[in-house]
Amino acid sequence: MGLSTRQDIEALVTPFQVHRDVYTSAEVYRLEMKHLFANTWVFVGHDSQVPNKGDYYTTQVGDQPVIMVRHSDGEVKVLYNRCPHKGTKIAIDRTGNTGKFFRCPYHAWSFKTDGCLLAIPLKKGYDGTGLSETESAKGMKAVGAVEVYRGFVFARLAPEGIGFAEFFGDSLSSIDNMVDRSPAGRLEVAGQPLRYMHRCNWKMLVENQTDTCHPMVAHESSAGTAVRIWEEMDAPEGTPKPAAMQIIAPFMSPYEFFEEMGIRTWPNGHGHTGVHHSIHSAYSEIPGYMDAMTAAYGEERATAILGENRHNTVYFPNIMIKGPIQQLRNFIPLGPDKTLVESWIYRLVDAPDELVARTAMYNRMINAPTSIVGHDDLEMYERAQEGLMSDGLEWVNVQRLYREGEDFDTTAEENGTTERQMRNQFHAWVKFMTASMPRDAAREAAE
Amino acid sequence: MSVATTDRAVTRDDLVDFVYDEVRMLDEGRWDDWLKLWLPDGMYWMPLDYKQTDPIHETSLMWEDQFMLRLRVERLNGARTFSQKPKSRCHHVIQRPYVDRIDNAAGEYVVVTQMHYVETRLDDQMLLALTARHDLVREGDALRIRQKRVDILNCDAAFGNIQLLP
Repeated sequence: MGLSTRQDIEALVTPFQVHRDVYTSAEVYRLEMKHLFANTWVFVGHDSQVPNKGDYYTTQVGDQPVIMVRHSDGEVKVLYNRCPHKGTKIAIDRTGNTGKFFRCPYHAWSFKTDGCLLAIPLKKGYDGTGLSETESAKGMKAVGAVEVYRGFVFARLAPEGIGFAEFFGDSLSSIDNMVDRSPAGRLEVAGQPLRYMHRCNWKMLVENQTDTCHPMVAHESSAGTAVRIWEEMDAPEGTPKPAAMQIIAPFMSPYEFFEEMGIRTWPNGHGHTGVHHSIHSAYSEIPGYMDAMTAAYGEERATAILGENRHNTVYFPNIMIKGPIQQLRNFIPLGPDKTLVESWIYRLVDAPDELVARTAMYNRMINAPTSIVGHDDLEMYERAQEGLMSDGLEWVNVQRLYREGEDFDTTAEENGTTERQMRNQFHAWVKFMTASMPRDAAREAAE
Repeated sequence: MSVATTDRAVTRDDLVDFVYDEVRMLDEGRWDDWLKLWLPDGMYWMPLDYKQTDPIHETSLMWEDQFMLRLRVERLNGARTFSQKPKSRCHHVIQRPYVDRIDNAAGEYVVVTQMHYVETRLDDQMLLALTARHDLVREGDALRIRQKRVDILNCDAAFGNIQLLP
């Protein structure tokens, strides 16, 4: 398949259907890495992962290996993880402290923590060679742009393109709510992330975040069984429910619950479930928390912050956050049919420890490779990836509650079971895939 | 149970046999027998981080009470347990356990066992190298698990589904 122009990409997405190639084609995947993940603002990490100067964290943006590092001026930099000499990755460990400079382990070229070339051993060997005129002499290359929003670090690989504020717009209200839940207005990363390998396309995972018609079906075996066991125990009135009942049982909520919770979509592919309430609304109160929030914000504002119980917020292209429980899931593409899911949790600074305990519980019960809920999700994705290889049908359907003439450039609130957010993502997918692609003028004239 | 009479001291062999019996129950899918090995407040811990010390305030792969363990094993036989159609199978190969503590006066025992755990489903087979630490207590003529901690050698690696119990 040759996909050389924006028309080729546009042809893969109709208002309510998506061609299966967007999930299966190696060519589409290559173009996603080259265009989509370069033109959008992609999550890198949290600044509490690099609290001190010289602290670094290695990860990737799309398929690009990068280092997030705290520079000597206190700012967070994001550099390509590649020596400008021979290409050697500068750092391999996931985290560390490099002091005042990076030093390549191959030939000892060294770089300041903003990437600038510091020194080369036996430098006179380059006298008169013109090295200073090359890209290599500039040091480790920085990504196109970096923005730290309330601790969350995002990068745009492309030097030119949409600005951070325009790209995210009002969707930043979900990050705001997550961080505002700390009486100090700050989050800190807690422990290591779950790392869960999926043999499916990364977009299946992103779509599933606002798929409210699957929990009661795919998760009947875990959530339904939990409810049955609890009923069979016939515990006396007032017996505290087991933790699993609070975390897993809401997945069995009826369709009406999910319809009424609502979905909000924002421009550029962002959106969230749980406009009015969510599966996180009925969590028990933690002693001392409301007092700390009231002391920090006043009663009215504290009540407003805690009254917002958004379920899953998708930040296009590839992360989801849960504001009420301070969880972030990063759907890292590794190939057309391979995705690494990292699930991070954060501690609310100055809030009681019981909150991060509940967050850790949610993370392991729902999103671990050992999770009885995760098992059935992975099973669905991998079956879909295999099923899409069938030539019986070429199109994937995202038509639930579709209306002709949907305008994704405006914010909308709809019935919580709509697939509008999936359509919103594909609208943005086309936009940012093609933003830097040539148009085929001849073909356009013919059309 | 291997401790035949209530007045006999628990021996090294009793503890070793306990571990062998437990993994055999897991490999044979005798879940009801396996659940009976636990104290009502017993916890199964599988850390996510190498040498993790806090199971509560950081993510673990598992930190499960008896309700969760019962839910886990009852789910395996459900009619709509899609990830278990077809079912997984598992296989433990264990090294002779280290008996690190025998305290018959307190009725408390610690056994550490290194093992290879194999889990298979369809065409996939996974091998994990594990260290399992059993904190056991004596209850009448039986040993019960207060805590089982399973450290996976590559706990920080990315895994696909691990569906049965190491």
